[in-house]
Amino acid sequence: METQDLIKALAADTRRSGMAMAHVWSLAAWTAVATAAIVFFLLLGPRTDIASAAATVRFLFKFVVTIALAASAFSLLRAQSRPETGRRGLLPRLAIAPALLIAAIVAELAVTPPDTWSARLVGTNAFVCLTFIPLIGLGPLALMLIALRHGAPSRPMLAGAMAGLTAGGIAATFYAAHCTDDSPLFVATWYTIAIAMLTLLGAVCAHRFARW
Amino acid sequence: MDDKDLARLFRLALDGDERAYGDFLEQAAELVRAWARRRTTFGGLDPEDIVQETLLAIHIKRHTWRSDGPVMPWLYAVARHKLVDALRRMGRHSWIEIGELEGQLAAEEPETARSWEIDRALETLSPGQRSVVTAISLEGRTIAEAARSLDMKETAVRVALHRGLAAIARRFGRD
Repeated sequence: METQDLIKALAADTRRSGMAMAHVWSLAAWTAVATAAIVFFLLLGPRTDIASAAATVRFLFKFVVTIALAASAFSLLRAQSRPETGRRGLLPRLAIAPALLIAAIVAELAVTPPDTWSARLVGTNAFVCLTFIPLIGLGPLALMLIALRHGAPSRPMLAGAMAGLTAGGIAATFYAAHCTDDSPLFVATWYTIAIAMLTLLGAVCAHRFARW
Repeated sequence: MDDKDLARLFRLALDGDERAYGDFLEQAAELVRAWARRRTTFGGLDPEDIVQETLLAIHIKRHTWRSDGPVMPWLYAVARHKLVDALRRMGRHSWIEIGELEGQLAAEEPETARSWEIDRALETLSPGQRSVVTAISLEGRTIAEAARSLDMKETAVRVALHRGLAAIARRFGRD
């Protein structure tokens, strides 16, 4: 078939190509948050002392970090779903959540005695955290990957990693409402491992699933 | 033709203007052809295969273009993605083929008919889809003419064309 003939066939195929990416992403975002909320309330639910916890800086700052992560990863995911997007601007935006967390760690180390640090880091919920953040994040990750497949990422693995980070940020935001370990030392350790699992899973899945 | 004109054509095309879409694809083919020729000089790859695979990808993924932005960066990004894909596929296959071909190279006719990747993908379609795609591309029929000659409803022709092209894009260059 000559290229001329191919063009005739393509031009004749006037059925809509698919939903605009902007719609796809807002749909994916809302359904991902809803899915995470359903799984969270079915399996865990918020901690019982949430009202008094909400008055503490440590508790609230968990959400600052996780929401910053979800938002920055999602904006990168959206950008990476288009073929012409390069790597520019990637690192600064990825650094936002870790920078916030590092600042919180510095503050934590400054105001707490050294002999409590290891207890704060280990906490009491490490295993729960490592189980439920990935579990809550699985649904959002699947939705992000479906949306990504609709796009055309030049670097599917990188985009998939961003999908995993987004899902991890959403899951961690919900999980943080359940967890009683509020120290930034705990968050930096266990949340990071749990979110890294989702990130790796996203990269590996997208490598196969988001090809075009 | 500069980016602004090309983007205007593409916008018209996305609004359903069939002729504008044909013109846009012609322009895109020309740009990608010149681009691919410079990058496939080392042999093994036919630039026209890259052009065709890129056009198919443009078609399938046209909703990923931001219609308020320039079109050329998007166009060349799609082409680059497809070129890299083709190089990767060739790398995987060349392993076995070099050994197998060594003895044949001298014997081979210099002017064998060129085998198009797209024709191999076309052969994998179901008979119904293949006859619709062939009628509209190779035979140059319109949707209505194809429907009449194949004794199908026009909507069925449109569906078969749409699915057939998507399947060709998916299977292009893959065995």
